[in-house]
Amino acid sequence: MNTKRTLEKLCIATALLLLTGMVQADEISVAVAANFTEPMKKITAEFEKTSGHKVALSFGSTGKFYAQVKAGAPFEVLLAADDETPIKLEQEGLAVKDSHFTYAIGKLVLWSAQEGVVDNNGDLLKKRGSFEHIALANPKLAPYGAAGVQTLQALGIYDSLAPKIVQGENIAQTYQFIVTGNALLGFVALSQVIGEDGKIKSGSAWIVPEKYYTPLRQDAVLLEKGKDKAASVELLKFLKAPYAARIIQAYGYGMDK
Amino acid sequence: MTLGPGDWSTIRLTLELAGLTTVLLLLIGTPIAWWLARTDSVLKRPISAMVTLPMVLPPTVLGFYLLVAMGPQGPVGQLTQALGIGLLPFTFAGLVIASILYSLPFAVQPIQQAFEAIGERPLEVAATLRASPLDAFFTVALPLARPGFITAAVMSFAHTIGEFGVVLMIGGNIPDKTRVMSVQIYDHVEALEFAQAHWLAGGLLLFSFCVLLLLYRFNPMTSRKAAN
Repeated sequence: MNTKRTLEKLCIATALLLLTGMVQADEISVAVAANFTEPMKKITAEFEKTSGHKVALSFGSTGKFYAQVKAGAPFEVLLAADDETPIKLEQEGLAVKDSHFTYAIGKLVLWSAQEGVVDNNGDLLKKRGSFEHIALANPKLAPYGAAGVQTLQALGIYDSLAPKIVQGENIAQTYQFIVTGNALLGFVALSQVIGEDGKIKSGSAWIVPEKYYTPLRQDAVLLEKGKDKAASVELLKFLKAPYAARIIQAYGYGMDK
Repeated sequence: MTLGPGDWSTIRLTLELAGLTTVLLLLIGTPIAWWLARTDSVLKRPISAMVTLPMVLPPTVLGFYLLVAMGPQGPVGQLTQALGIGLLPFTFAGLVIASILYSLPFAVQPIQQAFEAIGERPLEVAATLRASPLDAFFTVALPLARPGFITAAVMSFAHTIGEFGVVLMIGGNIPDKTRVMSVQIYDHVEALEFAQAHWLAGGLLLFSFCVLLLLYRFNPMTSRKAAN
């Protein structure tokens, strides 16, 4: 008698769970360029609260995600650190045609964890002897790394500094190299070092003028695997909404319009 | 598309790292193994456990601690800076130190087992023939433990070549200094340069297979005839 009732309850509960599952709680995986880690965590938290969907975030370099998506990785949405990868994925049939849009325009910063190391003009870069290592993200895989190389080239000091360059696997590891002091300075994303008040959180920084590197237009794209999931479409819409825009700008990114 | 100059440089660097690490490991590992094989000290088990740790720990744990310890605020970093050596992360020397720790159990254990297999008897006999302990060690223990040394050298070398996680964390991917083969393969794969990745990965696979084959072929300890 007792067991029968428990069984009934269990059946009803399971059925309800399945039903609600079908109605709303989509679960999606989103690949996010490492530089966008902090703002995306905030945006996702709000999105999960308002929509009821579950979003699993993976952070890494854009090049790695591209390779993984090509190999069939189960991501529904990609937030790249460039505007080439999403288009390439669309052309290769791995992303939904014309679904890409610029969600943020990244800013490159030369940063040191120590106060008073990096000056406001980046003149320090020309004093070769004043530092042993300069960190940047692998330029082959990470757009911010490539932007760092472009900056050094534009300043005409790339060749002389090349032996001092240490590469992080992505922009997050690059930041870690500098925070731990193993590299005195390096190129990271402004979003990594900016505080709530819009000022540099700690250490010293030079916001690299945009004339030195190709604009870091960061595009998001709906991947083929996410095209039939409501959550992925809604998330991309949410990224364009005022709430997300406010967070994105607070982290020092530029935006279109 | 075959291997570029950058690839050859990683191969050379990897062999240098593995070679140097192996030589140093044999020098460091032998006294440790000798002590472990012959001591009754209460410290035997804790030291054995410490030596074996790198075998079970994920390389990220080792890499993380090394990065912190060798960094400017870490104890090792403070020491090396005070000695005027500078900081070890992102240097070849740093990789050598990391590799020694990483491959330590692969050097110590085979040598220790070889020493243990000799037992007390041959050394006692040597002593009755008036060989000093040092003399007995070099003329009796070392030759008898030869198979253990071969295994230790081969395993240390091969294991260091296979090192990846630690290098990724403390290496900084610098050409000619810290960019070893495993990291280069990773970069090739990430950049979808599968052709180069295949050349390096296939080469490594073949190399590792041959090394193990040679080990089994020439090491009497692992052949059935010798065991009988």
